[in-house]
Amino acid sequence: MKVNLQVWRQEGPEAAGAFKTYEVDKISEEMSFLEMLDILNEQLVNKGEEPIAFDHDCREGICGTCGVMINGQPHGPQLGTATCQLHMRKFDDGATLVVEPWRATGFPLVRDLIVDRSAFDRIIEGGGYISVDTGSAPDANLTPIPKMVADTAFDAAACIGCGACVAACPNGAANLFTAAKISHLNLLPQGQAERWSRTENMVEIMEEYFGSCTNHGECEKACPKSISIDFIAMMNSDYVKAKFKNRRLVAQS
Amino acid sequence: MSLALDSKVPAGPIADKWENHKFNVRLVNPANKRKFRIIIVGSGLAGASAASTLGELGYEVDLFTFHDTPRRAHSIAAQGGINAAKNYHNDGDSVYRLFYDTVKGGDFRSREANVHRLAEVSLNIIDQATAQGVPFAREYGGLLDNRSFGGAQVSRTFYARGATGQQLLLGAYSALMRQVETGKVKLHTRSEMLDIVTKDGRAVGVVVRDLVDGTVSSHSAHAVVLATGGYSNVFYLSTNAMASNVTAAWRAHRRGAAFANPCFTQIHPTCIPASDEFQSKLTLMSESLRNDGRIWVPKNPDETRTAGQIPQEDRDYYLERIYPAFGNLVPRDVASRASKRMVDSGRGVGPLKNGVYLDFASAIDRDGRPAIEDRYSNLFEMYNRITDEDPYSEPMRIYPAPHYTMGGLWVDYNLMTTVPGLYAIGEANFSDHGANRLGASALMQGLADGYFVLPYTIGDYLADYLNTDPVPADDPAFTEVERDVSDRVNGYLSANGTRSVDWFHKELGKIMLDQCGMSRSEPGLQKALSDIPALHEEFRSDIRVLGSGESLNQSLERAQRVDDFFELAQAMCVDALDREESCGGHFREEHQTDEGEALRDDENHSYVSAWEWTGDAGAPELNKESLEFEYVHLTTRSYK
Repeated sequence: MKVNLQVWRQEGPEAAGAFKTYEVDKISEEMSFLEMLDILNEQLVNKGEEPIAFDHDCREGICGTCGVMINGQPHGPQLGTATCQLHMRKFDDGATLVVEPWRATGFPLVRDLIVDRSAFDRIIEGGGYISVDTGSAPDANLTPIPKMVADTAFDAAACIGCGACVAACPNGAANLFTAAKISHLNLLPQGQAERWSRTENMVEIMEEYFGSCTNHGECEKACPKSISIDFIAMMNSDYVKAKFKNRRLVAQS
Repeated sequence: MSLALDSKVPAGPIADKWENHKFNVRLVNPANKRKFRIIIVGSGLAGASAASTLGELGYEVDLFTFHDTPRRAHSIAAQGGINAAKNYHNDGDSVYRLFYDTVKGGDFRSREANVHRLAEVSLNIIDQATAQGVPFAREYGGLLDNRSFGGAQVSRTFYARGATGQQLLLGAYSALMRQVETGKVKLHTRSEMLDIVTKDGRAVGVVVRDLVDGTVSSHSAHAVVLATGGYSNVFYLSTNAMASNVTAAWRAHRRGAAFANPCFTQIHPTCIPASDEFQSKLTLMSESLRNDGRIWVPKNPDETRTAGQIPQEDRDYYLERIYPAFGNLVPRDVASRASKRMVDSGRGVGPLKNGVYLDFASAIDRDGRPAIEDRYSNLFEMYNRITDEDPYSEPMRIYPAPHYTMGGLWVDYNLMTTVPGLYAIGEANFSDHGANRLGASALMQGLADGYFVLPYTIGDYLADYLNTDPVPADDPAFTEVERDVSDRVNGYLSANGTRSVDWFHKELGKIMLDQCGMSRSEPGLQKALSDIPALHEEFRSDIRVLGSGESLNQSLERAQRVDDFFELAQAMCVDALDREESCGGHFREEHQTDEGEALRDDENHSYVSAWEWTGDAGAPELNKESLEFEYVHLTTRSYK
């Protein structure tokens, strides 16, 4: 099959960017979208043109490194699927595909289709952990955790940190990412000691970098792990409580 | 032999060695720990767990990763689980049994003392991960669930759906980020280590390249830890992530660290077969699928019916037939070779006849579809996304693919390489898996090294350097290496050849897969040893890397990685030639039983091959560490 690509090319954060048009012919339906880009890059190198820079690594949908906008949809048209697992059979022969980087103020552009998502690491630093030094843990079976709780915590923990939720959001908000991280830990008994400080810190760091959530729900649809926006509700509820509880705890001390 | 390989295994009964060693190694007192700088390269399970633990202890840590965030490391892709001898299921497991299984599963080519220690600390890992909030699978009573895994007859594998590696890595990453927040660990992302710096025979720092702006810089420390993973990507097509590479370990090797057992590579039995020549990588399907899936091929090589139409009597469930005791759960090397024999005999399935069936029909009949969904739904979805086939209604097609490398930098019991002050942990070292790794043991080893072994042993080395400053980063030792690194980078850019990096990588991969993959022979290896240097020569003169060294340049990154793969590939072939026996993942066609099973030669090859760099990649020098088996008696592995 054959596709026409319009790819965003930009040499660096300060350089001007523009779409460039490429035609990729004789590709197989069994190929993944990124393998199609590999072939295009191979052709570009042979022609003496610099290959398109794009982030990718595991190519099995779990590392969260890859991700581009394809025709305005983060990770392309297939629900619950990261760019690396999207296959060309999902497109029509002769289709035109517009390929862009994540567009969000919180993700400054690095080059071509690569953006800087380190703001996510800053949010985690703010409390995306349970403070337990190595060696100080009690026996793993000491605290039974109901299966449903553990399963729901897993649903949140499945987040791969790709940033599609931010790219999908009209406001460039990172609420789904932050809520997934907070909910994973806040649901578990181990996470209770730091529940309120974690929630307040992480939400406020998030707001330094990203826009505000106005409940569009685009993030859930874009998420390659189909993480539910219910977690955003949980985060918001915990944030309001945290505002009271954190003060009360301070007042008691 | 010019290296004195002292394994430093402590004396005493095996169950007491680690306990005694922990007491005997020197400690650094808490107030002095902040005076030591430690560089860690790599942020996977081993690197992140080591960095967080050393930070908690009070050391000053610099962590380098070429990823944009530490959470991307390839540990994240491990699906199946992590072993621990908790015996929560009362089925006869114990530390000793895990130790025994791992030594036997490794086909008697690992160091007993290291393996016993691994089994001991496996208990702590599960406790630690659970306390961090890793959402392991649980039973309805709220306690942790376990399953059995390839090569084991007890249920000792803890898991988190099909994403155990992800959840454990996120646990280690969260602990790491907590230390980043306190300032004890300094994080350097998109920074690739390109060389080790030594002075007076000791490791004193690293030279790294900033992948965004191309700056080459030096960083010094009292000790350097490599947690840089394995080298399966030497085969081009493997289940490893695209960026996984051997460069850090190989550069250390060139600076004096012995490289052990490079030919011990593992071919994972359950991966999705390649669909066309443009395939960039292979996708693994967790081995846990073998608990419920039955592997078969049609009896007739000319079979044309679809899987569902083939009646039971025309199917060959060959693992159940050949290995009745273990059936579909035989260890990876055994399962992989059996599949290869089936495909080689023309009985492969799928459009390219390059796979075998993994069939869940019996399990769905027995346990019901909901039970199977609960266990494997995310794996089934992944399979469906890649192949567009539905494994609930038709069998999966699988075939072995390079997956893990047991070989790696030689380390002693303290995890130190032959270069003082340079440590290797996780998949980057060679120590615990012998010639074959058991399923669910990689996560265990990475975390054991990082959380519970290195933090104890590194103090013993550092104690000698109390109140000394690290060698300054502007010392001539550093500037010289920085110049080497820059010259190398410029070399690729100025070659101005005609072929891309990927072209060379694919060609190298083909040679390695054919001659040094699942089965090896003397003529094949000799041929590889003449083809690889020729291709490498062509690579040097004919490579085309466009763009500049002063900006983000992915072809340039790959060029230096592939360059090192060329040298490693030769070491692998030399090692495979030297090892005149078949053991674990290393199968020499000359050494097999009448039934085609591996034939080990304990008399002559019960040793670790620690290769020393000589300047000629095709002629490294062999040093041997002989292996003694005091507890697990040498037997021929039989899974029948």
